[in-house]
Amino acid sequence: MLTLKGALTDTGRYVQLMGRALSAPDRMRMFFQQYVTEMYQLGYNSIGIVLIISFFIGAVICLQIKLNIQSPWMPQMVVGYTTREIMLLEFSSSIMCLILAGKVGSNIASELGTMRITQQIDALDIMGVNSANYLILPKIAGLMTIMPILVTFSVASGIIGAFCTSFLGTTTIDELIVGFHYEFNQWFFWCGIIKAVVYAFIIASVSSYKGYTVEGGSVEVGKASTDAVVLSSILILFADVFLTQILT
Amino acid sequence: MIHIEHLYKSFDGRDVLKDINATFENGKVNLIIGQSGSGKTVLMKNIVGLLTPERGSIDYDGRDFVSMTKREKILLRREMGMIFQSAALFDSMSVLDNVMFPLNMFSDKCYADRVKRAEECLARVNLAGTGTKFPKELSGGMQKRVAIARAIALEPKYLFCDEPNSGLDPKTSIVIDELIQGITHEMGITTIVNTHDMNSVMGIGESIIFICKGRVEWHGSNTEIMDATNPQLQDFIFASDILRQVKEAHDREA
Repeated sequence: MLTLKGALTDTGRYVQLMGRALSAPDRMRMFFQQYVTEMYQLGYNSIGIVLIISFFIGAVICLQIKLNIQSPWMPQMVVGYTTREIMLLEFSSSIMCLILAGKVGSNIASELGTMRITQQIDALDIMGVNSANYLILPKIAGLMTIMPILVTFSVASGIIGAFCTSFLGTTTIDELIVGFHYEFNQWFFWCGIIKAVVYAFIIASVSSYKGYTVEGGSVEVGKASTDAVVLSSILILFADVFLTQILT
Repeated sequence: MIHIEHLYKSFDGRDVLKDINATFENGKVNLIIGQSGSGKTVLMKNIVGLLTPERGSIDYDGRDFVSMTKREKILLRREMGMIFQSAALFDSMSVLDNVMFPLNMFSDKCYADRVKRAEECLARVNLAGTGTKFPKELSGGMQKRVAIARAIALEPKYLFCDEPNSGLDPKTSIVIDELIQGITHEMGITTIVNTHDMNSVMGIGESIIFICKGRVEWHGSNTEIMDATNPQLQDFIFASDILRQVKEAHDREA
């Protein structure tokens, strides 16, 4: 009962905070400055990890498919086809966003949590600045803008990783290319983009809520950071089920 | 002028402020003093709106802050400047950007004028030429001075200082006190300083209220405080050996 009450209280406070955060900025000039900074900090700084993970996962998926469904009855192009579908439909959108929930979510929660306990957020409030709007809106907008780009990079990197397995002699490049082109449905790419935008909102808003509402000291900031990652990940998985059902 | 009447605040049924009545005058440094845990910080947080009182009124030159709408409170807050105990500088910004922040948010001046105003404020707190540094590169006293520069950038009507000397050596504390007093007199603003530093009390306490267990137990000035007969206030002031000796000398002379 207490847990249910806590969850409802949290939901109410989250909605209230989002109400304050998602209002028109006090100064568009300041908002755009913050927006560009957040895109750089949250997105640009994540490109490296996205490319590396996607490259190796693309390669491993390709090798696993090859090893596990190898049969005289199965055409070789199935390896490329399956790798493409996995990367487009699930890995680059959902799993990559789960990984980014860890990196970006903890970053946002700990940044805002530290600002809260060092009274920097109080300082903004005293100045008459809508601190939720000034701090949270650029993070949400920035991540929602950059996430589809990261997903696109992830798909591309995964496909390159799959191509590179041909150097190991498992499949030929020609077979992979045939598989990658086979029955390509462009809508699947857009599904990934739509999912990424939704997940970006979940990661940025939930992590901001956890960080912004911290009370206490460094231990609580650490806890908020962990809670932000766990809650974002759970919500992404929930959303994945619904979005997959709705979009495909 | 800020006038408080019958202010009450409690947390989980525990009364922290009980029927606070006080007037903070314009053009003077008004001190709120008291032991740790007496309710000073809670009172200041209520005055600036970081907490909402259960009962009572907080009147800013005829405008009741408690009954204001959110929008009206935001507009009034633009007339306030605050110096926090920890300075609360934005650590991702340079010193100049910190001081320029309120100007960037609320001033319609062009960029060059905003920079000029921020540099004037830094010069006023004797930190000219430090604009490109970041808060982590400054000492505690310098951070407090940057916080003062940021607080006065928009020429506020009300200045609030929450334990501005906390963590500073006595010499730097005097510099900060003198800055606060000088700025208050120059700008003719209402300044409220929350402190338990007796050097500040004796140095800049033009108007003082003493809070004990959530109640105002005494009010007066630094010239009257040594003769105060309130036992709690005497306990608080003369906890220091030096002040006790000063008092004894003062009494002998009298």
